[in-house]
Amino acid sequence: MEIIMETTISKIKTLNSVIDPSLKKVPKIELQDVKVWYDDFLAIKGIDMTIKQNSVTAFIGPSGCGKSTFLRLINRMNDYVDGFKMEGKIKIDGDNIYKKKVNVEELRKKIGMVFQKPNPFPKSIFENVAYGLKIQGITDKNFISERVESSLKQVALWEEVKDDLKKSGMALSGGQQQRLCIARTLAVEPSIILMDEPTSALDPISTAKIEELIYHLKEKYTIVIVTHNMQQASRISDFTAFFYLGELIEYDKTKTIFTNPEKTQTENYITGRFG
Amino acid sequence: MRKIKELVIERTLLASSLVTIAVTVGIILVLSVEAVQFFSEVSIIDFFTDTQWTPLFTEKHFGILPLLTGTLLTSFIAIAVALPIGLTISIYLSEYAPRSFRKTIKPLLELLASIPTVVYGFFALVVVTPFLQQLIPSLSGFNSLSAGIVMGIMIIPFISSLSEDALHAVPRALREASFGMGATKLQTAFKVIVPAASSGIIVSIILAISRAIGETMIVAIAAGQQPRFTLDPTVPVETITAYIVQVSLGDVQHGSLEYRTIFAAGITLFAFTFILNTISYRIRKKYQEKYE
Repeated sequence: MEIIMETTISKIKTLNSVIDPSLKKVPKIELQDVKVWYDDFLAIKGIDMTIKQNSVTAFIGPSGCGKSTFLRLINRMNDYVDGFKMEGKIKIDGDNIYKKKVNVEELRKKIGMVFQKPNPFPKSIFENVAYGLKIQGITDKNFISERVESSLKQVALWEEVKDDLKKSGMALSGGQQQRLCIARTLAVEPSIILMDEPTSALDPISTAKIEELIYHLKEKYTIVIVTHNMQQASRISDFTAFFYLGELIEYDKTKTIFTNPEKTQTENYITGRFG
Repeated sequence: MRKIKELVIERTLLASSLVTIAVTVGIILVLSVEAVQFFSEVSIIDFFTDTQWTPLFTEKHFGILPLLTGTLLTSFIAIAVALPIGLTISIYLSEYAPRSFRKTIKPLLELLASIPTVVYGFFALVVVTPFLQQLIPSLSGFNSLSAGIVMGIMIIPFISSLSEDALHAVPRALREASFGMGATKLQTAFKVIVPAASSGIIVSIILAISRAIGETMIVAIAAGQQPRFTLDPTVPVETITAYIVQVSLGDVQHGSLEYRTIFAAGITLFAFTFILNTISYRIRKKYQEKYE
């Protein structure tokens, strides 16, 4: 399967006026002494970590280990959770995103997110992909439709849906829906993409398609993916972080983690002895 | 033994559901039979085209239009009041309000619907009308404006509560998807949540309209009892329901033509609310399938 990377984006002039040009640079993410509480429960117990740009970093660990919470810190998605409290710094390109003055909406435009369950809007396929552009106030119809097309091509969905762009996004199959959600995220050209178990609700064929897509996407984006699937982590990621009970146990190159882990806990988990 | 017990329970349940159906069928039957007799004496064309309704006068006219406009006028005013307020409340409660606030305020709002309508009627007559008369001196003591406004207040919870349910039922995942794209709360509410809940919101509006059309006490007390073919909200009018009350309380002879006007008016009212409820039922059925 070939993934067509269109160069249409660069020739469109309107782009720079609406989207911050610095966005093109892929940033790295630094997390410093991050602690998270849900009411009195300490969910993340002080984690330091640097996530490299243009790479795929996988978060693994048993359920409830804090890996999803940790992922959602990066685009401040936990802000809406009742009882959420956080300490420490998360820096993207050196700027702490938990500073008071940070515009959370602007931040999220740079950090796309793909969720566990495909969650297309009950709108047409076209409108789903165009959503992010429209809420940014872009009205240029040609620009929007070119961007919709290029985004759908990037996720290899274009050929399947190009004649049904007006069909509801919810009428697609699960795997198509998830690719639609990824296209929706790509349409606003974020620099970081967070994926929270993006294939756990999908069949093996759809999973394979999305894994291939992730592999190609790292050329342009920094990708962080939470997964329960060890094989998936080893197949697609460059770095793997193993979390356990709110702590970062081990974080290294994926190859090292899966062939020669330093800690026995990591080894036990990846070999399936617990978790 | 157990089998017999099951059977008895099953039959009892069946019987009670049959009773409700029987009652409904009975009502429709009575309405239809009396209405058919009425229309054998009064032409159905006159009924829908004559602009006067004077069945109790010596010179009788049987045009339903004045009652119909009275009903529609008061209902329209009520919806004009309830719709913006109800929708604003529902969006606020569902998307903005803290959970604890939502939990307290919602039952309080629903209390509005449980106040006896006769209280509302007097409230319209002795509080709202005198107040409005200060602003509009030409307003008569009975008018559709204050009746409509007060009826609007009464049906706010129908819209706010049911719409809030619909908004709240929109999966959290859609909100997260929208926030994740960098949308603000306002953008998320109006571009994703309200459209996704639109069928539920429409159902709530239709039910509120249907409630307003069927409302009796408020309009009987505050809107007057003068069938008048007008859209002027400042003068007394009479709604279908108020007319039925008026005749039922009076000393009209059973079986007379005047008596049968109740059923002709009643079946018109029934047709209206039946159509509205059917539409809302259809929409609701469609809506239920949406997220599966």
